[in-house]
Amino acid sequence: MKDRLQSIGLPLLVAIVFVTGWHFAVKVTGSDIFPTPLMVVAGLVELAQKGVLVKYIVASLFRVTAGFLLAVFVGIPFGLLLGWFTPLTRAFNPAIQVLRPISPIAWIPVAILWFGVSDVAPIFLIFLASLFPITTAAMAAVQNIQLVYIRAARNFGITGLDLFRKVVFPAALPQILTGLRLALGVAWLVVVAAEMIAVNSGLGYLIIDARNAGKRYDLVVAGMVLIGLIGLGLDLLIRQMEKLDEVRWGLSR
Amino acid sequence: MAAPQDDTRSKIAVRSLWMTFQRKGDPAQPIHVLEDIHLDVRDGEFVCLVGPSGCGKSTLLNIAGGFLKATQGEILADGRPVLEPDPKRIFIFQENAVFPWLTVEENVGFGVKRETEADRKALVSHYIEMVGLTGFAKTHPRELSGGMRQRVEIARALAAEPDVLFMDEPFGALDYLTRLRLRHELIQIWQREKRTVLFVTHDVEEAVQLADRVVVMGRRPSRIRAIVPVDVPRPRDLDDPTCRMLRDEIFGVMGLDHQGQRVSGDSTGSIQLPPHLRK
Amino acid sequence: MILTAPRPTPTFDAVPHPAAFRPKISVRKLWMTFRPKTKEAQPVHVLEDISLDVRDGEFICLVGPSGCGKSTLLNILGGFLQPTEGDASIDGRAIHGPDPKRIFIFQENASFPWLTVEENVGFGVKRDSEAEKRELVEHYIEMVGLTGFAKTFPRELSGGMRQRVEIARALAAEPDVLFMDEPFGALDYLTRLRLRQELIHIWQREKRTVLFVTHDVEEAVQLADRVVVMGKRPARIRAIVPIDIERMRDLDDPACRMLRDEIFGVMGLDHHGLRMSADSSSAIQINVAARRMYN
Repeated sequence: MKDRLQSIGLPLLVAIVFVTGWHFAVKVTGSDIFPTPLMVVAGLVELAQKGVLVKYIVASLFRVTAGFLLAVFVGIPFGLLLGWFTPLTRAFNPAIQVLRPISPIAWIPVAILWFGVSDVAPIFLIFLASLFPITTAAMAAVQNIQLVYIRAARNFGITGLDLFRKVVFPAALPQILTGLRLALGVAWLVVVAAEMIAVNSGLGYLIIDARNAGKRYDLVVAGMVLIGLIGLGLDLLIRQMEKLDEVRWGLSR
Repeated sequence: MAAPQDDTRSKIAVRSLWMTFQRKGDPAQPIHVLEDIHLDVRDGEFVCLVGPSGCGKSTLLNIAGGFLKATQGEILADGRPVLEPDPKRIFIFQENAVFPWLTVEENVGFGVKRETEADRKALVSHYIEMVGLTGFAKTHPRELSGGMRQRVEIARALAAEPDVLFMDEPFGALDYLTRLRLRHELIQIWQREKRTVLFVTHDVEEAVQLADRVVVMGRRPSRIRAIVPVDVPRPRDLDDPTCRMLRDEIFGVMGLDHQGQRVSGDSTGSIQLPPHLRK
Repeated sequence: MILTAPRPTPTFDAVPHPAAFRPKISVRKLWMTFRPKTKEAQPVHVLEDISLDVRDGEFICLVGPSGCGKSTLLNILGGFLQPTEGDASIDGRAIHGPDPKRIFIFQENASFPWLTVEENVGFGVKRDSEAEKRELVEHYIEMVGLTGFAKTFPRELSGGMRQRVEIARALAAEPDVLFMDEPFGALDYLTRLRLRQELIHIWQREKRTVLFVTHDVEEAVQLADRVVVMGKRPARIRAIVPIDIERMRDLDDPACRMLRDEIFGVMGLDHHGLRMSADSSSAIQINVAARRMYN
């Protein structure tokens, strides 16, 4: 009971202090550009009434989903293979380690060159951004599988694809899921940046458009708040998956 | 109890086995683990291997299981050389290799080779019952105690209907009371099932309680120092004078007094090995 | 290791009268209940009405089945947990939090892998001069038989040697009380036997108060002045068995075996350590099923 009270009450308290502080900071400094919390709420209402709020959220979520799923379907099998076959690791790992630190943002010009101003460019960027965390997680997951599981499976006569399906994949799944969570976080970061430059819709576009068209900072901050809340929602969603029996054994109790 | 020497009659035959590990980065100083091991195990026999830490008991078992290749010599199972793991000979690990992502019944069914689903199901529930886990079929391993997980592993091994069980300190990580109980249960299961068992342990009393014969190995590079037959009817009482005598005999072969303490001023114990030899 | 002559074992009443001496450790009507986080789950009652007095310099073993709360009790005395009800005091003062005067030794081995043996042993030393500190560290390294390994890192040592490092580190902090939570549980059989004997030699020289948790009834009989037998959860103290046998003890000695069987008896086990009666209140119901099959 005390724990529950703390886990709801304390964050609420921090939020109230923060919003109040924000409100008075704007008042005290007398800024006429930066909005108070109330103005942000009004901005959100305005966006909803114009009908762009839902449209932009859907646009952003669509791009993230498409790019992320693509990365899942490419990255997991690729990572599993890399982890399983040591020569493949040796061959590909240096390339991965060089490409990985390049921020997806740096790929924006290339993406526009290849795909123009369309949905494909941000999806490609999100795909790239999620691919590396997913691949490296799957690779490391396979490399970290306890040897006894592999030995036991071989002992029971399980080999080849069966070994992958029955042992390697399930044994690697918890760590892969951790990689997915990380990747989704990065994907959500990248979609905003990509939309600022490469397209004409979405939450990133909302922010940059609100600033350029009349310095509507109430809408800028409203966009930021939305991005934060949706990011939280996505993380909660994937955390729900961590409760499944298939992975719970491998994640901290 | 003379061991049969005819390869075709031994279930497991170890012939002039030598094992040497190359140390990484220092190939000039290989580690000699096993030297000239000979051993015959009859069909249905329960053999325990005892010896100090790092003496190569587990290495021998891993070679027999097909997980390691011997440097020289060979191990025959039913007269044929062991080259790789085989479902006819199942290994049970100290670390517990029960798959955590499967339920108890899925684990036990993992190695079952039966055609019909009904057959399969009957076999799985038979072995779940045998190890006393009825009611836990749908449970995941993480919800079980260490002793129960080890029971799942034993059931999984038996359900694959192997001829031979290799057990590598299967009770070593369990607490004392659970260990005592599982030993007792293992003997009862073995008496029904009559599989050949090779069982590695540090625990001399455990060996005396379980084995038909106890194979005592020396320090590295180890040879077989003695093979002690335990001709005491089961279930055995370790407080029984015969059992204690056999225990002390095995301790004696290992250079230990009856309390398991080093007898002589022999300080060359494995603990005094220079650190670079311990890897 | 130099053998010291065994000192005559003092004998105590099973439950000493509080007025007879001031106990080093005093536990009065201690209750412990864990409240689960989710609403549906029931609270877990772990300890019920535990009272115990431990004399200065006494070696006490706590035995009982898995999950019975032995370790919980030790953690309360170590100051890591707060009891739900009741008092625990050391030297007449209530326990509030951990204290360097009372050192805990863990089964998992908590020697720091990033420090050498001598740095580990010196970790808790409270001496002003560097020379004194060094001397003390050396003294305890020698006592646990690790001379020559001062500069070695734990990963290069065997499990038994690492446990010796932890014991040396604990002793070097010069505590009044040692709490040992199954310190030899993870070691192999022969190492366990050896370390038990060494621990007794060390204890005979050092005369610290020791509270030692173990599953192993024979271990308890070999080590303790008194064995505290705890029941299943929620655990009460089922019996306190004084071991009035001179050290070093031989477990094959009929007196030792009698005491072992007495303790097994209190725990509802026969002399093989197997369950005797149809006592199915066990945390592991499987016993019932297993027995039904075998009988």
